Amino acid sequence: MATHTLRAKRRRSALRTVAFLSPWLIGFGVFFAYPLVSTVYFSLMKYDGFGTPVFRGLDNWSYVFQDYPMFWPALRNTLWLVLVMVTCRVVFGLGVGLLITKIKTGVGVFRTLFYLPYLAPPVAATLAFVFLLNPGTGPVNSVLGDLGLPAPGWFTDPAWSKPALTALALWGVGDLMVIFMAALLDVPKEQYEAAELDGASAWKRFRYVTLPNISPIVMFAVVTGVIQTMQYYTQPLVAGKVASGVIGGSGQQFEPGYPDKSTLTLPQLVYNLGFQRFDYGSACVVALVLFALAMAFTALLMRRRGGLIQAGD
Amino acid sequence: MPGKSRKVISSMSRRSAAALAASASLALLATACTGSSEAGAHDDPNARSTITFWHGWSAPAEVKAIQANVDAFEKAHPNITVKVVGNINDDKLNQALRAGGSNGPDVVSSFTTSNVGKFCSSGAFLDLKPFIEKSKLDLGKLIPKPMLDYTQFEGTRCALPLLGDAYGLYYDKDAFEKAGIESPPKTWSEFAKVAKKLTKTKGDGYEQLGFMPTYHGYETVVDHYMAQWDHAYFGHDGKSSVAKDPAFAEMFTYQKKLVDDLGGFTRLEKYRNTFGDEWGAKHPFHTGQVAMQLDGEWRLGMAKDAGADFEIGTAPMPVADDEVDEYGKGFLSGTIIGIAPRSEKQNAAWELVKYLTTDTAAVVSFANAIHNVPSTFEALKSPDLKVEPGFKTFLDIAQNPHSNTPPASVNGSTYQTTLQDFGFQYESGKVTDLKAGLEKTARQIDRDIEQAK
Repeated sequence: MATHTLRAKRRRSALRTVAFLSPWLIGFGVFFAYPLVSTVYFSLMKYDGFGTPVFRGLDNWSYVFQDYPMFWPALRNTLWLVLVMVTCRVVFGLGVGLLITKIKTGVGVFRTLFYLPYLAPPVAATLAFVFLLNPGTGPVNSVLGDLGLPAPGWFTDPAWSKPALTALALWGVGDLMVIFMAALLDVPKEQYEAAELDGASAWKRFRYVTLPNISPIVMFAVVTGVIQTMQYYTQPLVAGKVASGVIGGSGQQFEPGYPDKSTLTLPQLVYNLGFQRFDYGSACVVALVLFALAMAFTALLMRRRGGLIQAGD
Repeated sequence: MPGKSRKVISSMSRRSAAALAASASLALLATACTGSSEAGAHDDPNARSTITFWHGWSAPAEVKAIQANVDAFEKAHPNITVKVVGNINDDKLNQALRAGGSNGPDVVSSFTTSNVGKFCSSGAFLDLKPFIEKSKLDLGKLIPKPMLDYTQFEGTRCALPLLGDAYGLYYDKDAFEKAGIESPPKTWSEFAKVAKKLTKTKGDGYEQLGFMPTYHGYETVVDHYMAQWDHAYFGHDGKSSVAKDPAFAEMFTYQKKLVDDLGGFTRLEKYRNTFGDEWGAKHPFHTGQVAMQLDGEWRLGMAKDAGADFEIGTAPMPVADDEVDEYGKGFLSGTIIGIAPRSEKQNAAWELVKYLTTDTAAVVSFANAIHNVPSTFEALKSPDLKVEPGFKTFLDIAQNPHSNTPPASVNGSTYQTTLQDFGFQYESGKVTDLKAGLEKTARQIDRDIEQAK
């Protein structure tokens, strides 16, 4: 009798737990588990969005990895952007944040000036950058020419297109600046005072006081930056299209990655394969690669983070 | 406090990772939500109904013109009301065709002729054969053959042409006169000489370029060039013949030599970056930056509207030196129109499609309004068709039996994009072995098609 009551109590408790968890469970199931399982399922199917999916084994995987000429350039570009653009954005955002916390007058003006570009719509900002960096008519190259400096091809040169995208990303660094400013202002003043009394230089104060205190925020910026860069789509697409001269005329062929596939990113491939070539199976393969990469980067960064903080603590 | 922050950050990172996974996968979520049932043509075309028509035109004059045609249709079919939605591109169209639903389109159109193979083979556009048979239309007597060809794929007719585009040569008659050139070139060797004669260099740029030959020179893309050579993209076995058919090697060789002769790829690309937008008033042909331009029939009206201050000449594009008997041909494409497979009012939708594509008055008035080439024999001959002097060139190109367009493929324009991509590599000098490059391109085209089947 007592055992029966205990079981009933446990069952009720379990049900109550599930009931409390149900909003999360439903959200997780609908928005994460189901799409993920579907993506794996469709990566093994031939499906154009209209007919019935047909099983084709690992054909889509071998097509993407061996025969799809855009995959490896897109992967290389994505990794380049993750390593270079994210690093530059974090360093620059931290630098601007430090600068603004140090200046005595006009803080509001500088803060606004640095934050405003972040609010610009990505398409408009990219169009403006393509115009400014136009090698034939853009003001940037005119100034460089006047100064006797070499004028790069920017968005029309495969060697310069990703640095140009990085410059665009640095221009819109306002989001990182704000969170770094908040973190920097939160560092206890007495720690700086103690370091100064010990005769620590500015670099040592930054290395042993500032950095350990803000390292969780740095890690946040890096992890979210990596994830955002994995999803990088609008800016390279718009820049490539506008710089190539193809801006959507009647029936013109879509040419992602101009110039010479240097602005191709993995999300562009998902769209190109799935929604333009009706090859959902291959699009799913690329989506899964993207997922695996994001997980790997996140796991790596989380492991590294422990070391960083220990060094500072 | 740092410990607490670490926990928060750790939790946020995990959530972010989960968010990425969700977003990376969500692109595919829709696929599982689509049904596959077809509504079928069971509606009564005489019953009162409202149908939705999606088209891609966006310029005010074009929107007004298509609306005028729809108004005329509603007058002739008082039981059918048409809800018109403009500015629809292929991406929006594809998504709507997959999703279906009561707010989806019944009648759909696209500017992308090269996507017909994809539309027909996937069932994105409904097979029109039963409707054509029911209406007893003899399409061969109504519509020119090239236009009939590019609106079907492997025997499935899923679209009809709604006006057409013909491509030819525009030239600055004043510049020709100054350079002592009496008539437009008819062969590619004549063309190269004329282009060089019209080119005036200035520093490391140009005061005037005879012709912008690069594949990014707006309409100077691979398939538009290829139309002027006798060629076949695919063999009888359905395999790519770009490496076997000598016309492709001839075209790539010719274009590369023209690029080199006119100043080289780097110099031309630098000059190209000073050009205005293709669809704006500062188009290089309007401004006199180039003296010749390969373009569609719409350029005539656009150049005049932009206030080009020179006399504009039009002619067919040149042909290969040993194909002079085919001079007069050109590249053709055009708007295609069809019925959404999930439409519940397919018979009413067919009435609109039939009216817009076969009614002579409708075709003529629309062609007059948007300066396109009519897509029926009757409309081409109609006395109501406004034929300006330069425009007649394009009407003739449209009716030339040798005019052509790339064949439809199961993966749409992918094979053209692949060939174009090779063109970029070759013209810029990144690839120098033409034969090996074309063989690799052919293998890629075959593999992509195999993947799409």
